[in-house]
Amino acid sequence: MSERYVLAIDQGTTSSRCILFDRRATVVSVVRGEHTQSYPRPGWVEHDAARIWRDVQRLIKRAMREAGIGPAQVAAIGIANQRETVVVWDKASGTPVAPAIVWQDTRTSSMLDGLDGSFIRERTGLPLATYFSATKVKWLLDNVAGLRSRAARGEVLFGTMDSWLIWNLTGGKHLTDVTNASRTMLMDLATLSWDPDLLDIFDIPRAMLPEIRSSSEVYGEAFPGVPIAGVLGDQQAALFGQTCFAPGDTKCTYGTGGFLLMNTGSAPVRSSHGLITTVGYQIGSGEVAYALEGSIAIAGSLVQWVRDGLGLIGTASEIETLAGTVGDNGGCYIVPAFSGLYAPYWESEARGVIVGLTSYITKGHLARAVLEATGWQTRDVVDAMNADSGLALTALNVDGGMTADNLLMQIIADFLDVPVVRPMVAETVSVGAAYAAGLAVGYWSDLRDLQHNRHSAGRWRPGMDADRRAFEHANWKRAVESAVFFSRRP
Amino acid sequence: MSHVPGLIQSIERSSAVLRLLAAGRLRVKEIADALDLPKSTAHSILRTLEHVGFVEQDTRTARYRLGRGLLELGEDGLDLNELRGRALNWADALAARGGEEVRIGALRDGHVVVVHHVFRPDDSVQSLDTGHLLPPHATALGKVLLAYNAPAVEVAVRAGLEAYTRRTLTLPRDLARSLTETRERGWSLSVEEWEAGRAGIAAPVRSFGGLVVGAIGVSGPVERLCDTRRQARPALVEHVTATARAITRDLAGS
Ligand SMILES: Nc1ncnc2c1ncn2[C@@H]1O[C@H](COP(=O)(O)OP(=O)(O)OP(=O)(O)O)[C@@H](O)[C@H]1O
Ligand SMILES: [Mg+2]
Repeated sequence: MSERYVLAIDQGTTSSRCILFDRRATVVSVVRGEHTQSYPRPGWVEHDAARIWRDVQRLIKRAMREAGIGPAQVAAIGIANQRETVVVWDKASGTPVAPAIVWQDTRTSSMLDGLDGSFIRERTGLPLATYFSATKVKWLLDNVAGLRSRAARGEVLFGTMDSWLIWNLTGGKHLTDVTNASRTMLMDLATLSWDPDLLDIFDIPRAMLPEIRSSSEVYGEAFPGVPIAGVLGDQQAALFGQTCFAPGDTKCTYGTGGFLLMNTGSAPVRSSHGLITTVGYQIGSGEVAYALEGSIAIAGSLVQWVRDGLGLIGTASEIETLAGTVGDNGGCYIVPAFSGLYAPYWESEARGVIVGLTSYITKGHLARAVLEATGWQTRDVVDAMNADSGLALTALNVDGGMTADNLLMQIIADFLDVPVVRPMVAETVSVGAAYAAGLAVGYWSDLRDLQHNRHSAGRWRPGMDADRRAFEHANWKRAVESAVFFSRRP
Repeated sequence: MSHVPGLIQSIERSSAVLRLLAAGRLRVKEIADALDLPKSTAHSILRTLEHVGFVEQDTRTARYRLGRGLLELGEDGLDLNELRGRALNWADALAARGGEEVRIGALRDGHVVVVHHVFRPDDSVQSLDTGHLLPPHATALGKVLLAYNAPAVEVAVRAGLEAYTRRTLTLPRDLARSLTETRERGWSLSVEEWEAGRAGIAAPVRSFGGLVVGAIGVSGPVERLCDTRRQARPALVEHVTATARAITRDLAGS
């Protein structure tokens, strides 16, 4: 009998990927396609959802071709996706009614003023910010002519990227999973269903919403005999892929942004330090595992900005080479608050600053400050996580594209003063989606089975002098204050 | 247009394009007109030259100029951190399948620099040696890199082939024979040539045009990498060479 595989679709912010895994969760083939980020106005970030769907179709075929297999050898498909990004499409034609509004988009910041933040936080676990889907859906309903009445009649549908892909892959099923739903700001975190009060507040018709399902079950077929059987928001997928199944287990994924999630078990933990309470995963009809999340809006995208916006480097990896030309930051700090500051600050209006410039500063120092910005933002989130959980992190499990950067991994170990550990598969987002799908169809038997696949591939030990760490940390804190100060108009 | 038989026309045309660009920044149409070529041909040439790093296009003005690759002709044109980034997934898969630790190496200043290191997947205590230097003539990674780089062999021989164990190849003649064998079968083997009790298997990672830009390999105890006749285990060789081919496809393809 020929071997069977699980196919994972990782529909991310900057790219879409398809990866085929074997039973040991080893990559058999991997293909990726980048899509365009549109910035039509300051603060706006858009994607072309139709283009993303075409990319995904093409990538699925290529992943199978590169592995030399056909659909018959695919046991199941798992989807992990960029979260919160809003797609609204015409039910009859399947065409998006407007460009997708990406999570980083801040066009709705003026909507936040009149809203009751503590009620929303209580109901959804989310801080009031433009980051989540609700204000973006409302913006489309308010700004696309005739859309609200069509939505009320059920002629247009809303979904995050998972729903958009499921709808296209299955030929018309309108579903989402509970982790994605928990990021819309429309779901009650306790009942795990759409909340009438929130729908009311944001003036969003119930008829346009998908049905909420677990993260691991059969949702429908993408090809005859090939079920879609796992769906998770990308960060929750990474938590699952890192096999963070026990309360306290923590991982941090470094892609476009940085996302630190801690499994908190079957009860939601409310943060008093600016963290998000969110759903970690739900396997079939099993209990929900909740998570605390610290989100960093800008991590890898700062590197991309250095590449595309400044043209200082040709590829993202060259940031490490450039940063390696100097021994320290030369007194320079970058606070990349491009779309406000996320955890633990939640300053939607903050904008980025570069401080400490002197004529001594070279592009090498700037590159170093870019990597350090990710290090310090991680430190801020870890400090909040330690305070909320009453535990002290003893090691940080990392994954994502930025883990290719050895200097960055060392910087993080130094700033946190704990070891940083990379698992054998850096593409844990895809692993998590594959695991959820494989569990649902019996490709893997249970969570223990998955844990056997886990090994560490690399480990960075902290080596920074405590005084220097404290000195640098204090400078970073003042740099953050500068970013907030600068955005406060008198 | 006249063309000497036996010479490759597209290379002649490419050199003409480079000469034009050395004089100034030009659009596709201007290049096509200057060389009396169809615009599509000029475009293909420019795209190929862009692919190998010899020309760059200014995204704002759409004009082409000479690329950084020409200024750095003495180097192999691949940033080592970029090599690690591109190879990451495949190196992990090799460690998982082969069950041994994996390293990627490249030649810099007469040494093999460890570009990437993946632990053996058994969760024993190990430490990363990314950035460390290895002797080219005594390691499997090094022998692959030397096998496709004659000047580097001369440098190594001139520096003196230091003996690390009694099996280290210290005579230029023996090294040359081992390198020929490496080229012939496409992978290298080092058994106790650097450290007693340890062996390595490695294969070349190539960029466009077949240029060897690095080596990837596994290392571990002799009894796990080799059979009783101290020959490399075929299954491991297959894993290593298949991984090297996968990275090569990635590097050469985009
Ligand atoms: N060597 C490197 N050093 C620093 N940053 C890097 C390096 N390599 C890649 N990156 C950054 O990592 C990001 C890519 O990581 P990854 O592929 O995990 O992101 P992604 O999955 O595309 O993100 P998302 O899912 O949010 O789209 C890019 O933003 C890139 O700038
Ligand atoms: Mg991603």
